[in-house]
Amino acid sequence: MNAATAEASMKKEFILTIEDLTVSFDGFKAVDGLNLYVDKNELRVVIGPNGAGKTTVLDLICGKTKATAGSIQFKGKELTKLAEHEIVRAGVGRKFQTPSIYENLTVFQNLEISFPRGRGVFGCLTFRRTPDVVERVQQIAEEIQLQDHLEMDAALLSHGQKQWLEIGMLLMQDPELLMLDEPVAGMSVKEREQTAALLNRICKGRSVIVIEHDMEFVKSIAHKVTVLHQGKILAEGSMESVQANEKVIEVYLGH
Amino acid sequence: MNTFYTRWLGGRQGSMGIAILALLIFAIMPMWLDIFRLNLVGKYLTYAFAAVSLVMVWGYGGVLSLGQGVFFGLGGYCMAMFLKLEASDLTSTAHQTTPGIPDFMDWNQITQLPLFWEPFHSLTFTIIAIFVVPAIFAYIIGAAMFKRRVGGVYFSIITQAIASILTILIVGQQGYTGGINGITDLKTIHGWNINSSSAKYILYYFNGALLIGVIMVCRYVLSSKLGRLLLAMRDKEDRVRFSGYDVSNFKIFTFCLGAMISAIGGAMFTLQVGFMSPSFVGIVPSIEMVIFAAVGGRMSLIGAVFGTLLVNYGKTAFSESFPALWLFLMGALFIAVVMFFPNGLAGLYEQYGSRLAKLWQPLVRRFSKAPAAVVPPPADTPPSPPPVVRKLADKPVAAEPLPEEALRTRRPA
Repeated sequence: MNAATAEASMKKEFILTIEDLTVSFDGFKAVDGLNLYVDKNELRVVIGPNGAGKTTVLDLICGKTKATAGSIQFKGKELTKLAEHEIVRAGVGRKFQTPSIYENLTVFQNLEISFPRGRGVFGCLTFRRTPDVVERVQQIAEEIQLQDHLEMDAALLSHGQKQWLEIGMLLMQDPELLMLDEPVAGMSVKEREQTAALLNRICKGRSVIVIEHDMEFVKSIAHKVTVLHQGKILAEGSMESVQANEKVIEVYLGH
Repeated sequence: MNTFYTRWLGGRQGSMGIAILALLIFAIMPMWLDIFRLNLVGKYLTYAFAAVSLVMVWGYGGVLSLGQGVFFGLGGYCMAMFLKLEASDLTSTAHQTTPGIPDFMDWNQITQLPLFWEPFHSLTFTIIAIFVVPAIFAYIIGAAMFKRRVGGVYFSIITQAIASILTILIVGQQGYTGGINGITDLKTIHGWNINSSSAKYILYYFNGALLIGVIMVCRYVLSSKLGRLLLAMRDKEDRVRFSGYDVSNFKIFTFCLGAMISAIGGAMFTLQVGFMSPSFVGIVPSIEMVIFAAVGGRMSLIGAVFGTLLVNYGKTAFSESFPALWLFLMGALFIAVVMFFPNGLAGLYEQYGSRLAKLWQPLVRRFSKAPAAVVPPPADTPPSPPPVVRKLADKPVAAEPLPEEALRTRRPA
């Protein structure tokens, strides 16, 4: 009894609790009995060789892929049973690997669509661009340094700016858990630095999970690193301890 | 007022399109054509409802429905059932075995009015049914498919199958539906003869007004956030889903809206042509409606109306002399439009319209007495604020103008 309440109170500290999570595609276990705990206000980086199941884990959390077994609890709410849009409304935001923005809308419209109000059919029909919407869009646009491009078609942005725009669209939702899949892929060195600074700013007040390959970038942002390999956790801890881990070295050099 | 101008009429360009269409429907056509031809145009304009609905469902919603004839037919049949009941009063059906029921029922040995016909004695019920019956039907189809994420070509095939099934059902249940002949000999609404010349004029104008009303409603929907979401969904459906929207609901809404618009067209068809039959429900008419929208431009509400008029004019002109060739010609027309003018008439207007305007301008300048008015005076405008601030400030906070023409230019051809 006492132990159970102690465990329950321990669980409460985590914003995200993943237990025994398994997904198999025709017998192939992309994620295999995974346990992962993310703290409030933590910035967690997930690394691992290709095919380790990193993106699949994010897909499972945000509902894009349905789990075969196991549970994902976000603030005590079971996510595996919710539809994608319900998971988003619960406070989980997800950025895709390739910039996923609406190219035929302007930057302003891209951000505005992500504003968490009027998400039903009739809410959309009666949605008004009130001053608070405009103010929030301006504020986020400044955060992602696109304040001078608000009326530009999103298709005309550079690759790096598109990545920022998608991060900005997530920030509009003000999620408590933000998941970013390779946010600096294809960025220049300067853009990487700016993105690291951006992530370090926005992780205040929310938890962030980042998948990344670039070790320099990981060092500059990570609170804690999780190494995935063949759908299982290989190591977890600070960047230094993970880099010194022999199993991790073997997996990375072996590939 | 400003909201009305920017959102219902579609701003300067949009209201111009509506004005030209209104001029054509309300002034030029009635002055130019006799009542027989005008009634024919009225019939074409009822097809335009279906074409407009396809602009919404196919052009903006991104799902090609090959079953708009179903909804056109449902609207038409609802109207026809009311008219038929009024035409089948006891005195005019006294010679039947069972007086007081529609003649085709009597021929099919039915001795009592079927239960589902009863409420169509009421005009109010009929008008409600014209909207509600197709909407419910579209909701069932839409929910069944979009919730399961059926889309693309599968959606098209299923809607086509539904069109086929409904035709077979109507033809097969002759005693309840009038079978292959449809519901004919329609005469009056509350004693008002719909076949008189004056009634034909009135119905023609009423139809035109409804069509323009429908276009304005569509403009309003497209200028709301829902319109932007539809565009966003066509581009990156997953991003919309992972921004907290239930994507299927928006597709269902658009499909239901399209169904209701088609149904209005069907009801007006019955009123103006005086009968309704399964030949306006099935696969062929449904595909013809797609061709109307494609020729007009599937992203243009006004274009769809012009596309309908043009194709039907061609149909009438050609099928009088080469009836057998018409279907082939229409097929060729569809292929040609898809291959060479993917944006239809509206796309051509977009491409060459500005050149025409340039040719036109010197003439205007020569004949107008105040040429200075053409060029805006640059001197006394106030200093402009930085571009972003100005653009945001220019717009009414309550609404954002998003004329379809502006959206079309953003789309690569």
